[in-house]
Amino acid sequence: MADTSVAHAHEAHGHGEEPQLWEGGKEPFKASYGKLMMWYFLVSDAFTFAGFLIAYGALRFSTPTWPEPDFVFASFPFVHAHWPLIFVTFMTFVLIFSSVTMVRAVQEGHRENRRGVVFWMFLTILGGATFLGSQAYEWTTLIVAENMTVKQNPFGRHIADGIYLNDDGTEAKKEDGSVDAFEKGHSYLLHMHPVQQADGTMKDEFIQRKLKYTTGAYAGQTGVQELGPKAFGALFFFITGFHGFHVFSGVLFLTIIMINAASGVYAARKNGYEMVEKIGLYWHFVDLVWVFVFLVFYLL
Amino acid sequence: MAGHQTYEEQKALVFRGLMILGAVTIVEVAVALLAKGHVVPSIRFTEGFGHYLYMMLMIGFSIFKAYFIVFYFMHMAYEVRGLALSVLLPTTLLIWAIIAFFQEGSSWGARREQIKEKNEEAVRPAPAGKPQGYVIPGTMKG
Repeated sequence: MADTSVAHAHEAHGHGEEPQLWEGGKEPFKASYGKLMMWYFLVSDAFTFAGFLIAYGALRFSTPTWPEPDFVFASFPFVHAHWPLIFVTFMTFVLIFSSVTMVRAVQEGHRENRRGVVFWMFLTILGGATFLGSQAYEWTTLIVAENMTVKQNPFGRHIADGIYLNDDGTEAKKEDGSVDAFEKGHSYLLHMHPVQQADGTMKDEFIQRKLKYTTGAYAGQTGVQELGPKAFGALFFFITGFHGFHVFSGVLFLTIIMINAASGVYAARKNGYEMVEKIGLYWHFVDLVWVFVFLVFYLL
Repeated sequence: MAGHQTYEEQKALVFRGLMILGAVTIVEVAVALLAKGHVVPSIRFTEGFGHYLYMMLMIGFSIFKAYFIVFYFMHMAYEVRGLALSVLLPTTLLIWAIIAFFQEGSSWGARREQIKEKNEEAVRPAPAGKPQGYVIPGTMKG
């Protein structure tokens, strides 16, 4: 097979004809090999992310309760207030802006404008770094202040209406004397507190209030505030971590390509800064994945 | 590459992209906060048909954003048809993945009690002296 096709190609060249399709002379999709392969890499990466996000959905459907995103993701730097979803909206805008500056860099590349490419790539890198910093803040808040890890999730939700009980089993009252009740679906965050152990040492444990359900199939049952589904913590850190790692490696590659562009490597190739276009595809893909991470983790 | 556009048109497209993606994101978050009762506490779309409608709306917005990024920022709109199809068609497989795995998850959720019972079921001890399962000839002693 190989011999005949090589012979055929030689023959074609010998007669001065145009090289045939699939013999290296023409680009079948009018895109270079590198660009086409970047597209196919992104397809495979899209399937990886889709697998993770679909696993999130499947696990979410399999548990009776699931943490409410607008309750979990409500912190904002320097502000001690409950601002649901505002910080992740900021992160989304950072990625949109960096996508826009990336488009500008690709356009300047097509015009062979070295200074323009470097300028817009630099802004893109700043955007990526800002996003990573924001994610570091988000993770730090969840891990350090709220005690969420890959193995534990203190964000729970009530499975039925009910009332809180005191430690001795009597009905708990609020400060104004009314019954301390909760509703089905209501979210809570369990806090840790040092508790003395049997051997005298202190160990941080979750404070879980006693409660009694009053309606539905659980009416009359007593229990405690349970920890939320474990899978939530694992999925959150794994999926946003995997996306964050894409952003991180994107920033690295953008930096390398910006330095190359500045030093004139791509100007010498005279192909319209194709390398900038390829890393641009990757960078837009990272933004594209964030659209769905944002949808699945924060909106639904 | 968008060779047929002038430089000014290209720059205008970038600005329009920023406006469209920004506006859709703001609408998404505004609708999310409204639907979860953070704007008007009495209005909530967290149960039943309202919740279903809310989820469909959010998925619709996200797919529109994805379409815009792929077709205009990644220039898929200006690529050859074959390239676009070879990238986009395989992703339709995900429709089945979503249906199958969500069905699996729901079923798992509905059978939690049964699964727990089965997990805790005691195994009957095997009768003494009798080998269990398939025994390779000549390996049994005695």
